[in-house]
Amino acid sequence: MMNISLRSMRVWQRNFDVYLVTWKVNFIPPLLEPLLYLFAFGIGLGQLVKDVPYEGAQVSYLRFIAPGLIATAVMNHGFFETTYSSFVRMYYQKTFDAMLSTPLTIEDVVMAEMIWGATKALFAGSIMFVVTLLFGLLSMPMALWIIPVAFLSGLTFSAMGMCFTAYVKNIEMFNFPVFLFITPMFLFSGVFFPLSSLPAWAQAVAWCLPLTFLVSSLRSIALGSFGMAVIWQILVLAALGFACVLISLSAMKKRLLK
Amino acid sequence: MDIIRATDLVKTFRHAAAVDHISLRVSRQECFGILGPNGAGKTTTVKMIYCFFEPTSGKLEVLGEDARKNIRRVKEGIGVCPQENNLDPDLTVIENLRVFARYFDIVGARALSRCEELLRFVGLYGKRHSVIDELSGGMKRRLIIARSLVNSPRLLILDEPTTGLDPQARHQIWESIISLKKSGTTVLLTTHYMDEATHLCDRLVIMDKGKIVVEGSPKELIRQYAGSHVIEISPAGEAAGNYLKQKGLTFEKTPTHFFVYAQKGPEVFSDITLKFGESGCALRMANLEDVFLKLTGRELRE
Repeated sequence: MMNISLRSMRVWQRNFDVYLVTWKVNFIPPLLEPLLYLFAFGIGLGQLVKDVPYEGAQVSYLRFIAPGLIATAVMNHGFFETTYSSFVRMYYQKTFDAMLSTPLTIEDVVMAEMIWGATKALFAGSIMFVVTLLFGLLSMPMALWIIPVAFLSGLTFSAMGMCFTAYVKNIEMFNFPVFLFITPMFLFSGVFFPLSSLPAWAQAVAWCLPLTFLVSSLRSIALGSFGMAVIWQILVLAALGFACVLISLSAMKKRLLK
Repeated sequence: MDIIRATDLVKTFRHAAAVDHISLRVSRQECFGILGPNGAGKTTTVKMIYCFFEPTSGKLEVLGEDARKNIRRVKEGIGVCPQENNLDPDLTVIENLRVFARYFDIVGARALSRCEELLRFVGLYGKRHSVIDELSGGMKRRLIIARSLVNSPRLLILDEPTTGLDPQARHQIWESIISLKKSGTTVLLTTHYMDEATHLCDRLVIMDKGKIVVEGSPKELIRQYAGSHVIEISPAGEAAGNYLKQKGLTFEKTPTHFFVYAQKGPEVFSDITLKFGESGCALRMANLEDVFLKLTGRELRE
């Protein structure tokens, strides 16, 4: 069933080539985005919220949300690439159909799209990483671990996106997962406030959201409090990603070869 | 060696058979046509041959390989020009070819020279840096044909290559196909245009409702099913109808026309015109369209 070969990197190369053609346009939003957030939350909200309790210590609000913003960038760029962008390539441009008349298999194409989504997530996460680093919000060198985790969790969110792409009838239907899944995660995964300030039941719900695991692990890494919990959180994300990869490969195969 | 060998091939979608036990063989350097009304199963057949669909049952060998098992090896030797234009709108003309060649692991200087050679072959070298949206319908079709040749395929599959093109563009594409055939490429063609099939195909099948209705060379089929001449009579009046019956002629009646299939066309034609006058009567050579309509009927599909 897993008919994947190294040739699938040819699909990744295609997307990378297209990305390079318009690299300036592709580069600017992920660069401006963190600056806007840091400005709004640092200068705006940061005046009201001074320090946040974290693991028994007090950290500045900007230091608290910086890893959350990296996590959000990873989620958004991974998820949006394999939903809207992959759907356009598959449905409107028929790019997948063209690829399937070459020695590429459907699994090659879908896997490469997800790895490409993870790559975009890595790019966005890295830009956010550099900006927050320049603001002195990350503790080095431990914070470097954020980069590989961004790629891995980028793959998780890309694979989740691809699962939706395998089932939606039209591009408008992506509004549902965005509204019901991505937006609540952005708001309730502990990006902006410690989960401990929520009631117990809401905390339990928050720990069902994949972004919670990513925010929590990146925050531990960024603030230099690495422990077993981080390993577990990353393993949960990896397991979820693996399951979504399997589901999306088989569902996309059904969709395209119906 | 047979390039395509299909035996009892079946493809079922949700319990409806799109292709229903067909068998066919295509030998090297042949141009083989698949004709049929919409929904006959032409494209499904073609998609099984280029390993897009897996057959529900039956045996399928393409280029000497089992098309279910050695998918990658089969696809390496095939070029496909699909029915829909699926050029990559994010890439320029030459990038479309270069990126496509890379899917076949053809890279570097070899890929570039192959792409340039193909663009010259289809007359698009001057447009190599254009974006796809700037191309006319005929240019897009030619670029797709060029794209289907990047891997120097032994089998070229053309699914309605000239649908929607003007006569100039069609003839240009026909010339390309003929020159490819001469250089040793086997061609599998589906089309709705009977003149195209007559012009290009050595052998063809007519499909209807998932089955092969008839197989042969265009000439054989015309001789066997339509005779040498067709006389068209309009309006389809009662007197003429009675006359045709009385003479024992083979004919078909539509609301407006009689179509008389005759081996000795000129003689029958002069008899008819003597009796009913020349206006509304026409004598012409029988063609593949007569065969097609006779075998698949005149009612609309879908």
